[in-house]
Amino acid sequence: MSTLDSKIPDGPIADKWTKYKNEINLVNPANKRNIDVIVIGTGLAGASAAATMAELGYNVKTFCFQDSPRRAHSIAAQGGINASKNYQGDGDSDYRLFYDTVKGGDYRSREANVYRLAEVSSNIIDQCVAQGVPFAREYGGLLDNRSFGGVLVSRTFYAKGQTGQQLLLGAYSAMNRQINRGKIQSFTRHEMMDVVLVDGKARGIIARDLVSGNIERHSAHAVVLASGGYGNVFFLSTNAMGSNVTAAWKAHRKGAYFANPCYTQIHPTCIPVSGDLQAKLTLMSESLRNDGRIWVPAKLEDAKAIQAGKLKPTEIKEEDRDYYLERRYPAFGNLVPRDVASRAAKERCDEGYGVNKTGQAVYLDFSSAIERYGKEKAFTSGHKNASKEEIVKLGKQVVESKYGNLFDMYEKITDQNPYETPMMIFPAVHYTMGGLWVDYNLMTTIPGCYATGEANFSDHGANRLGASALMQGLADGYFVLPYTIGDYLADDIQTGSIPTDSKEFDEAEKAVRNQIESLMNVKGEQPVDYFHRKLGLIMWNKCGMSRNEKELKEAIKEIAQLREEFYQNVRIPGKAEGRNAELEKAVRVADFLELGELFAKDALDRNESCGGHFREEYQTPEGEALRDDENYRYVSAYEYKGAPKDAILHKEELIFENIELKTRSYK
Amino acid sequence: MKLNLKIWRQEDAKSKGEFKNYELDEVHGDMSFLEMLDVLNNELILKGIEPIEFDHDCREGICGMCSLQINGEPHGPDRGITTCQLHMRKFNDGDTIVIEPFRANAFPIVKDLAVDRSAFDRIQQAGGYISVNTSGNTQDANSIPIEKENADLAFNAATCIGCGACVAACKNASAMLFTSAKVSQYALLPQGEIEATDRVLNMVAQMDKEGFGNCTNTGACEIECPKGISLENIARLNREYMSASLKG
Repeated sequence: MSTLDSKIPDGPIADKWTKYKNEINLVNPANKRNIDVIVIGTGLAGASAAATMAELGYNVKTFCFQDSPRRAHSIAAQGGINASKNYQGDGDSDYRLFYDTVKGGDYRSREANVYRLAEVSSNIIDQCVAQGVPFAREYGGLLDNRSFGGVLVSRTFYAKGQTGQQLLLGAYSAMNRQINRGKIQSFTRHEMMDVVLVDGKARGIIARDLVSGNIERHSAHAVVLASGGYGNVFFLSTNAMGSNVTAAWKAHRKGAYFANPCYTQIHPTCIPVSGDLQAKLTLMSESLRNDGRIWVPAKLEDAKAIQAGKLKPTEIKEEDRDYYLERRYPAFGNLVPRDVASRAAKERCDEGYGVNKTGQAVYLDFSSAIERYGKEKAFTSGHKNASKEEIVKLGKQVVESKYGNLFDMYEKITDQNPYETPMMIFPAVHYTMGGLWVDYNLMTTIPGCYATGEANFSDHGANRLGASALMQGLADGYFVLPYTIGDYLADDIQTGSIPTDSKEFDEAEKAVRNQIESLMNVKGEQPVDYFHRKLGLIMWNKCGMSRNEKELKEAIKEIAQLREEFYQNVRIPGKAEGRNAELEKAVRVADFLELGELFAKDALDRNESCGGHFREEYQTPEGEALRDDENYRYVSAYEYKGAPKDAILHKEELIFENIELKTRSYK
Repeated sequence: MKLNLKIWRQEDAKSKGEFKNYELDEVHGDMSFLEMLDVLNNELILKGIEPIEFDHDCREGICGMCSLQINGEPHGPDRGITTCQLHMRKFNDGDTIVIEPFRANAFPIVKDLAVDRSAFDRIQQAGGYISVNTSGNTQDANSIPIEKENADLAFNAATCIGCGACVAACKNASAMLFTSAKVSQYALLPQGEIEATDRVLNMVAQMDKEGFGNCTNTGACEIECPKGISLENIARLNREYMSASLKG
């Protein structure tokens, strides 16, 4: 088993990045004009990287499957973005953000990368404000903050419940400026079908135009994969319908190691599943946990009555409610990290205390917040003896100003008014911490192939804290990759443009055409979704919020069988030419069917519980995750060798020099 | 419930399109409109008929990818939502639902219900940005306080999702609400002031070049906008345009 070189620079942690930037190779502005870079995906990580590299002078081509770069799924991030600005003066610092992130990730992330992330976080806010991102402000005109799970400071910047949208539109506007200058060529409705290697280096891609069906060749000196996460391997998730692993998986097949595939974030506050034909789940922002209190009935008979529709939550007395997060974790209460909150919800529901008709939901209740805000508002506006009705009315106004759009969204989907009755929520797949293995430069194990944002594995360990995905995507794209890629491209100043008529491109294109042809020719009985739903069920039931050896072994077998069935029985209507949404889905599901097996294999290998990976065999008597630092303090990075079961495990040992390894406690 | 669906089918931009009728049984009120189309498509695939192409992605009303003219209204009969957030409980058993693509010369049809809205991207590229380098060498985010009222108005304008419902709702297929939202966002922020003159002139010029119609202030766009973008933005654009023209 080989070890991986993460290329972490020497020196004290706080100096590493500055020192490193001073020492790496640069490409002079005139030479940058002769260098091409391809960026796959135009979410926060891709759009920001593309804009900055184009601004530096590189010729950039961006690819997205949506009809506009602005629609990448970063747009749906609701709550906010962290930065160690310490504007609130509540004791925040780069070190504290670093510490919280490493601890939140259950000590399974790389210290140097996380510190760098914390270090550049403040600059992201400066940058976004300069771009005209309309963050929430206080009456004095300065930026407002709020708090998120797993931390004890208020460091989250936000734009109502649409922070991701505003940040992405900021990055998209930066892209537009470069498109207008001719420095970015934007290819929309395009899917990357493969990465092309020439002399072992990533030198281009094969793409499919999703409108014409044409197969295209694009060359470059480096390829950046900013193609997001793979939560859709579960079929039902909060990801967009088109979010997929294909770009990352194709790179994996060509030699990029895939790291920690089993680290998946199951977000505690999503709207529960409503029916068998549902296609996607909707998240309710974590920011709601600032003011919402999570509970289930304390008595089993009350829970049964609610499930049967005979009792309403508002009829249950205060003393008969179990605010289980406040009970179990008094220090962090409703703001424990996501993995902890999700597991606690599952534990209550498994014990029979769940609250909707399926018993798979818990309450998120705003009545205390409405009362608290109402009292405050009445007091400050001079009503010292306001009646209960007045207080509730004023409180609802305050809650509406904070969370109005989220409450509206909830009501549209569920047909219930969350101002009057508690919301019902349940955990759902949301984010994947695993992804392509990258070194400190964000380069994968393929030279010249980089991975940024959710597509890589590096910063969140086994669990990501709220409001940190936006931070990482923009940090990678605006401030990290544009430096580190220069160090690699400095060797390419005399290479000249990469020809696309080489045998490497011929072969890659032929392989893509063959894949499409063979999928079209199966002409089986079942649509793509049939297989995708089946895969999702296996993943959710056997590789979901809790896992065990027996079921993981079953999952590996079942996924392999399902994959076989897929290639014998999938039915793709229409033609390979022209637009064909079913063919697009088939290509993506084919890759999910491989990734799913690797996921289960990884979960089986990791005989410990950490963050989002909870193995039933490894828990404390109180049901908390039991880590095994002695044997599993490593990143699992898999090398492709054909069938996922044959993938070779490489280990990157994680070294903690600045943070002492402890049992994570939020009590 | 049982539904009769009258859906526009068109092979590609050049072909002639037509309405086709489909019947769908066992539709539940909790299904979203797009889930209803998913179910129809699965039935069509099993019957050997090509499924209906439509654009969609996030399915939570924020990416702006879904469109659809439903019974003559962009994003259907409900207010303040996109098609993906429309639920079948808004319809009744036995209803006939007419589903068409967004219609505008500047939005050519890609296939069936999917249209090409890249004209919107080109309007943004013409000036919908602040020319600041992304190198990080900017001043501290709190160095310029912004009045909360303006910050909130800028935010409200910036929530436009670029779906094109405003264009589809307009009898002239005007893109004024879309363009004015972006112009307003920057006009309301001190960071946007420097380039205000060129921005509004260039974006309006591009909008005209794309073949969008003129605004005659009917206000249909504001009613159909899933994000409630206000007509005040059009008034602001007009003011910005006037003063820029006088300067320019």
